[in-house]
Amino acid sequence: MNTVFLVSLLQGLLGTIILSLLTFLFGGLAGFAVALARISPVKPVRYLAQGYTQIVQGIPLLVLMGLAYFGPILAGYAAVPPLFAATLAMTLFASSYLGEMWYGALISVARSQWEAAECLGLTRWQRMTRVILPQALRIAIPPTVGFMVIIVKNTSVSSLVVGYAELTYNAKIINNATFQPFLYFGLAGLLYFLVCYPLSLKARSMERKLNVANR
Amino acid sequence: MSYEFNFGAVLQHWPLLAHGAWVTLVLTFWATIVGFVVGTLCAMVRTSGPKWAQNLVAAYVEVIRNTPLLIQAYFLIFGLASTGMRLPIMVGAVIALVVNVGAYTTEVMRAGIESIKAGQIEAADCLGLSRRQVFMHVVLRPAMERVYPSLTSLYVLLMLGSSVISAVGVEELFGTSNRVQSATYRNFEVFIVLGGVYLALTAIMRLVFWVVGLMLFPRRRKLGTPL
Repeated sequence: MNTVFLVSLLQGLLGTIILSLLTFLFGGLAGFAVALARISPVKPVRYLAQGYTQIVQGIPLLVLMGLAYFGPILAGYAAVPPLFAATLAMTLFASSYLGEMWYGALISVARSQWEAAECLGLTRWQRMTRVILPQALRIAIPPTVGFMVIIVKNTSVSSLVVGYAELTYNAKIINNATFQPFLYFGLAGLLYFLVCYPLSLKARSMERKLNVANR
Repeated sequence: MSYEFNFGAVLQHWPLLAHGAWVTLVLTFWATIVGFVVGTLCAMVRTSGPKWAQNLVAAYVEVIRNTPLLIQAYFLIFGLASTGMRLPIMVGAVIALVVNVGAYTTEVMRAGIESIKAGQIEAADCLGLSRRQVFMHVVLRPAMERVYPSLTSLYVLLMLGSSVISAVGVEELFGTSNRVQSATYRNFEVFIVLGGVYLALTAIMRLVFWVVGLMLFPRRRKLGTPL
């Protein structure tokens, strides 16, 4: 055990948190767009969003990382920074799952609410922002917090193809130098657990609160 | 400057990729079977075992669900290797995947078992079914039928997640792609082809699960209604 290694693990944790926050920001925005596209009145837009979701969810995140890392070569960029590629891949990944989740929340708002809003003469925009979204938000928040755990865990994959220096990457390097896998991967696992477990607990307690009517 | 695609160079190596896809399917098959058994046993303990065993299973599930698969794989495979244990890499990979997917299966199966109404079990008791019969026919199978869609998604995700196992040196689909990359220098094309193959594997797995579902749940096949 060595303070240099401990500091390196904590730096890795910082990298993990930065990537997670970027993913949540961009993935959230893109996911919201996907969810809205899923309920668009235009048929091709709906199909496009559905196809996007199916494709991204049928490809491993690791392959998305490779596509995001080597894809910019099409635009003439031979090498992109690892954080950029990792964020891009994670955004694709998160947007497909968040889009699906939020689409579910949107359509679970009772049909009569949509109709009532329409009968009251609200515009599409008003109906969405004043009637549907506030109700969908209540349903969507607990699984979204649960998905944040999945985002944090999956940032570990960015240590592989793109080589972004996050927690798993640093733990691997330390292990290569020390050959103490139980100690350093155990510590890295503990750090992940310390970030993820509170989020899991929060998601579960919110879920229970939301489900109070069904018990 | 515009990029010129060259899929031919990559597709030339199709026997390698096909072998990789096969290894991925074998890994997924064993991890699914063993993971399902482990998860179901853990779910049984979690719902009706002694208190200490329930807590043990709960701790296992929480630890696995809140740490990344990659860290678990490194911990187990490099860890076991450091103790001097010599396992074939495929066995190590299956163990790592089973430990991971077993925890998720526990949660899914627990939800299924808890959804079986107490009245059903009481009725089975009154009919004189043995404990084993009650569990197999009245609890396990309906529980499995209820959560079957979740199980399907879980094991498809397992197949996709198994790509991460290439990091410990398993030559599955993603692992073989490294060799194709260094042979062709066509990184982007390799990943596009890989994405296509994984999409196909996803479709195959969903089809297999659908067929297995038809065979496992005759009630549903005949009536077509959810339980």
